[in-house]
Amino acid sequence: MTAVPTDPTRLTAAEMADALATGAISSAELTQAHLDRTAAVDDAVHAYLHVDADGAIAAARAVDARRAAREPLHPLAGVPVAVKDVMATKGLPTTCGSRILEGWVPPYDATLVTRLREAGMPILGKTNMDEFAMGSSTEHSAYGPTHNPWDLDRIPGGSGGGSSSVVASYQAPLAIGTDTGGSIRQPAAVTGTVGVKPTYGGVSRYGLVALASSLDQAGPCTRTVLDAALLHDVIGGHDPMDSTSIDAPVPPVVEAARRADVSGLRIGIVRELTGEGFQPGVQQRFDEAVALLVERGARVVEVSCPSFAYALAAYYLILPSEASSNLAKFDAMRYGLRVGPPEVAHPSAEQVMAATRDAGFGPEVKRRIILGTYALSSGYYDAYYGTAQKVRRLIADDFARAFETADVLASPTAPTTAFRLGDKLDDPMAMYLNDIATIPANLAGVPGISVPSGLAPEDGLPTGIQFLAPATEDERLYAAGAALEAALTDRWGGPLLASAPDLAPQGA
Amino acid sequence: MAELTRDDVAHLARLARIDLSDAELDRMVGELGIILESVATVQQAPTDGVEPMSHPLPLTNVTRRDEVRPSLGAAAVLAGAPAVEQDRFLVPRILDEEE
Repeated sequence: MTAVPTDPTRLTAAEMADALATGAISSAELTQAHLDRTAAVDDAVHAYLHVDADGAIAAARAVDARRAAREPLHPLAGVPVAVKDVMATKGLPTTCGSRILEGWVPPYDATLVTRLREAGMPILGKTNMDEFAMGSSTEHSAYGPTHNPWDLDRIPGGSGGGSSSVVASYQAPLAIGTDTGGSIRQPAAVTGTVGVKPTYGGVSRYGLVALASSLDQAGPCTRTVLDAALLHDVIGGHDPMDSTSIDAPVPPVVEAARRADVSGLRIGIVRELTGEGFQPGVQQRFDEAVALLVERGARVVEVSCPSFAYALAAYYLILPSEASSNLAKFDAMRYGLRVGPPEVAHPSAEQVMAATRDAGFGPEVKRRIILGTYALSSGYYDAYYGTAQKVRRLIADDFARAFETADVLASPTAPTTAFRLGDKLDDPMAMYLNDIATIPANLAGVPGISVPSGLAPEDGLPTGIQFLAPATEDERLYAAGAALEAALTDRWGGPLLASAPDLAPQGA
Repeated sequence: MAELTRDDVAHLARLARIDLSDAELDRMVGELGIILESVATVQQAPTDGVEPMSHPLPLTNVTRRDEVRPSLGAAAVLAGAPAVEQDRFLVPRILDEEE
């Protein structure tokens, strides 16, 4: 029986599920504890764009009543969850961090939100993000940045910095993120949390407001590897509403996370994703993590993926191209913002559209739409978008070759620890480089996980290690991630997050 | 590689239906120039004879049975509209005033 500490928000989601099952705590109490935590710390962190206290408590009471009536319940029933503001939530505002969707309330739920509700998981609120998921710091949110719980002057990663920091600051045990080029994994790395991008097609995209349809994938943001597996198991699986959804059962991720076994596992170190360009402390913690896995029975092989050198360039052609097309739907006609051009008496629909898109989109979104419009325009298509698609094939081929000799690949998740808010805001290319190690997985559609690897000695900030696996072999990520987590937790004498600053000290 | 001019960016912004201000255009020309120079490195990759890849999975068309299913009602669909009249989306004029 799980003993409930004075502050239940410090439990893992798995422990919360046990405490709920034994009746040690009710979902209403657990949900209220998280709402109280948000009231205490989110003025400083700004992880949420919208908190649904009433809805969350109502859902919690409903699941408590079902439990009292001894109805069969999902293992995570009653465990609250936060959802990135890019997922459509019926009755709850969905802004994608953009002014153009300010106040929009979707008339339907995304499939993964339906699955959360059906599992009886109270939805605490919607988390902050870079506008339409374009960014690596949340500084491109139209509603102001999220602050890293480890150092409030620093970025929490992006685009899913709201989801990473909401779990890092104990405002939610679980959160939903989306990862188009690293937006789950890079925020996890810089906040000392766990994030998983499943295989493309592993989690339904129905109701996910598309950034780049061939790259977008939703997944779990959590504090432990097992919690990520439990959430992955809820949201994954086939959905007839998404034509790219894989028609197969969810891989055995929970079992793999519980087994946490790397004996005989061949870990491929990607030569192109280590060393130069990575902060010394990030590289050091990565090397130590790999050595620890070798102690636990894994084997190391070196692999080379020469085309990864072109991944960032290919990504910043493919993504803007798809985004410029996907974001054409924000036309001021059917939903969202509508503003007229100033000093025009009877503006046309075209003029209203152009004025609205100028007023409603932030600078990064405009940059990428115009870049994509250029890359797709006749005369330049072959040189840019067409060539990028060929590079994409080369990258997928590199992965296929690497997975002939390695079961999983490993690299540092992000090249640096969390940088200061404002440091890279005026330099788009510097911002893009944060995703150098995470982007190849999105281009090839393979799954990836980021797990804490320690604190960089030079700045005391979290570092992350990334594992990548072949498509549909997501369970390998959980086996490697959970084994490393267990080994490191032993070495540290507790989870990494235990050394994060207390954001709401007693008597403060 | 062709240099991106201010006129080019203004043209692209018009195509993308974004009414950029002069200040935004000035800024965008410089930023896009730097980004384009960087992404143009894809042209150095050994792509001769490589089949383009548009999607990570082999795509197959998905169909469903041709059966009527419940859908959103007009009230739900129109609830987010900027303007509504007679149960329809109300939009600005779509023809030039001269016509």
